[in-house]
Amino acid sequence: MDFFNDKHVEAAKDLIYKMADDQLIIGHRNSEWTGLGPILEEDIAFSSMAQDKLGQSEHLYNLLHELGEADADTVAFTRNENQFHCCHLLELPIGEYDFSLIRHFLFDMAEAVRFEMLVESSYENLALLAKKFKGEIKYHTMHANTWLQQLATGNEESKARMQNALNEAWPLALGIFEPGDSEDVLKEASIFEGEAVLEAKWLEEVTALLNKAGLTIPAGVTAEYGGRKGKHTAHLQPLLDEMTEVYSIDPTADW
Amino acid sequence: MIKSLDPRIDRAKLTHDAIEPLKEMDQFQTFEVFHQTKRGQQHVHVGVVHAPNADMAILYAKEQYARRGETANIWVVSSEHVSATDYFDQDIFETTPEKFHRDPASYKVMDRIKAYKERVKA
Repeated sequence: MDFFNDKHVEAAKDLIYKMADDQLIIGHRNSEWTGLGPILEEDIAFSSMAQDKLGQSEHLYNLLHELGEADADTVAFTRNENQFHCCHLLELPIGEYDFSLIRHFLFDMAEAVRFEMLVESSYENLALLAKKFKGEIKYHTMHANTWLQQLATGNEESKARMQNALNEAWPLALGIFEPGDSEDVLKEASIFEGEAVLEAKWLEEVTALLNKAGLTIPAGVTAEYGGRKGKHTAHLQPLLDEMTEVYSIDPTADW
Repeated sequence: MIKSLDPRIDRAKLTHDAIEPLKEMDQFQTFEVFHQTKRGQQHVHVGVVHAPNADMAILYAKEQYARRGETANIWVVSSEHVSATDYFDQDIFETTPEKFHRDPASYKVMDRIKAYKERVKA
């Protein structure tokens, strides 16, 4: 193990919990589009990406297990709402396709930058995962950006819908980067450079793509924080109830 | 005759009166998808996707036809750009079999290959 002390292990757990919870919750949310997508091909593509997210969350939960936490299923299906560390952006219902696409764009761009940074992490197993997810995330951002450019330059209605969805999602997207309690420790141990650095890199990249699409980033917006500290919107608990419904019938069942 | 946005439907020359032609924008155009397993190998036609343009078609081709197994590259080509023979002319492929002058069977190349292999081995 490449950690110096317990403080570093706890900091790494903080980081991985929020990443894993983000992937699990958006994976579940996006799977709600299965069977309802705008056309068959998009339905399959979006569902497939939702499965990728669930797969990534499982890898991250397994990493937590290596660090002494319970196994992936237990962690994913038995925690209370206030023990989840996902950001509010991902808890919100799927809404209409414009909102789901903008969320997909803003979150996956942040994921892409986060994993790009983590390739350099001193925590070797996390760096290896970051490398492993590279191809999947690249496709996800390619999908998101192609749709964004398409709809934002389509007709008046599609452009207005994308702008409205962006206005709604922007403060929530800034909540992705809510600082954790372990930022300094993560940086000191070269595990992760921190949310502030991530946010700055993300902002630069999404600004260029949103400008290209002709959309305006809302000004004077306050970031919506709370998710990383276990404070959630009213939408998370119903999602968890549905997600854990089958598991709760018989937690010891073998699949 | 059914007039479709999909040229393959047009080529089928459907005349069923009960089928209403789709209104414009009711469906996307189609793209033919070609899949290459390894670099250097030929691209093989694997199917079609509906998409508004080539960029979106590539996104969909990846998920429909390259989700499992190895892939090096994908092509998409608008179905409109495919020229095809008419099934009415299928008889052009029926050539008479009695053309021994086309048959490569009488070449004696195997003897020379065998002789070469033995020479190399020795």
